Amino acid sequence: MLEASALECVRERRTLFRGLSFAVAAGERLRIAGPNGSGKTSLLRILCGLLTPTEGEVRWKGEPIASLREEYSRQMVYFGHAPAVKDDLTAGENLGISCRLSGRIASSEEIASALSLFGVPDFPVRRLSQGQKRRAALARLCFSFDCPLWLLDEPFAALDADGIKLVEGLINGHVIRGKVVVYTTHQDSGTATRVIELGSRG
Amino acid sequence: MVDAAISIVRRDLLLAWRRRGDVATALLFFIIVASLFPLGIGAEPNLLRAIAPGVIWVAALLSSMLSLSRLFAADHADGTLEQLLLGASPLGVIAAAKAAAHWIVAGLPLAAVAPLIALQYDLPSALYPVLALSLLLGTPVLSMIGAIGAALTLGVRGGGILLSLLVLPLYVPVLILGAGSVDMASAGMGGEGQLLLLAALLVASCAFAPWAIAAALRISME
Repeated sequence: MLEASALECVRERRTLFRGLSFAVAAGERLRIAGPNGSGKTSLLRILCGLLTPTEGEVRWKGEPIASLREEYSRQMVYFGHAPAVKDDLTAGENLGISCRLSGRIASSEEIASALSLFGVPDFPVRRLSQGQKRRAALARLCFSFDCPLWLLDEPFAALDADGIKLVEGLINGHVIRGKVVVYTTHQDSGTATRVIELGSRG
Repeated sequence: MVDAAISIVRRDLLLAWRRRGDVATALLFFIIVASLFPLGIGAEPNLLRAIAPGVIWVAALLSSMLSLSRLFAADHADGTLEQLLLGASPLGVIAAAKAAAHWIVAGLPLAAVAPLIALQYDLPSALYPVLALSLLLGTPVLSMIGAIGAALTLGVRGGGILLSLLVLPLYVPVLILGAGSVDMASAGMGGEGQLLLLAALLVASCAFAPWAIAAALRISME
């Protein structure tokens, strides 16, 4: 489904990786590993199309993502470093808007049940803790079960054991449904079907 | 697509409402700057009447600039901008919605308050509609052009100053036409010509600016 061919990424005149090729098939979960600064986030941003690789290209179902654009965005969920929730809005309002932007309309019951699954109170986000904020952002995954591709950057960061188990379960369920999940993490649970190890610094 | 645009406008208006103070600041800035001139220059009615259109328009330019640097910076900081870029609808539509929300918050109130300001300058009341109309047509252009600048200077250190250097020169045609329309009307020649040109600028900026904003955002997010 997702193919990367000969990717090269140069940031601030430093080559993060070169000649990186891989293909992920349906029903696979790919973990991107590597020390801090090895280009995990850059690789994920290349895969979602936010960053153009210095060399090489990313293809989705055989088509370069650069030419698919919104067509590709509709089939993908990207969960970035920043949680992408507005401090001045409540967790529910945030969720409703992000659903609308990805072309889905979520009812208030659906939003309430997603929030309760993640154990997030429907308060303004500025009153939530760091971990609850991440949970509020991750609740978006509950509305993305039909998205063929999840790209998650550090989905387990700042989560407690329960939260990790919850997200782990969602990822597993998604893979079992025959979808693709690509994620970065430092917490290796040994459940990834494939691992890409990015090089060390320098 | 339209749905996404509407939800962006509603979101930004809701955010502005939760932070009403910021909106009030920009409006008060406009009122105070425009009120300083009569105090500094003195109560010479003819002089005040002559400078009124220009001063009110310059105050409007500066006031609508105030909130520009936050237009995309806040979304950039909390990661929502990435999600907007990866949304299901074309980025140009989203960019137009952001600029429209900026206009409703930062441009529309200026047009509403302007006749009140004009009172201080002893402008004949027949000119109030012309002044308000020129601001109604001109301020959306300011928001559109300003959004291009805001997108280009996103993430640049000292972006605020750079933004004004970049955007203010581009505001000049709007300033000339806007102030000119009131001048012409006060000279009894009717300001229709300038107003029509302003409307043309508005149409052109609605057609082209969103795509320029989108391109600038993509460059800044690399």
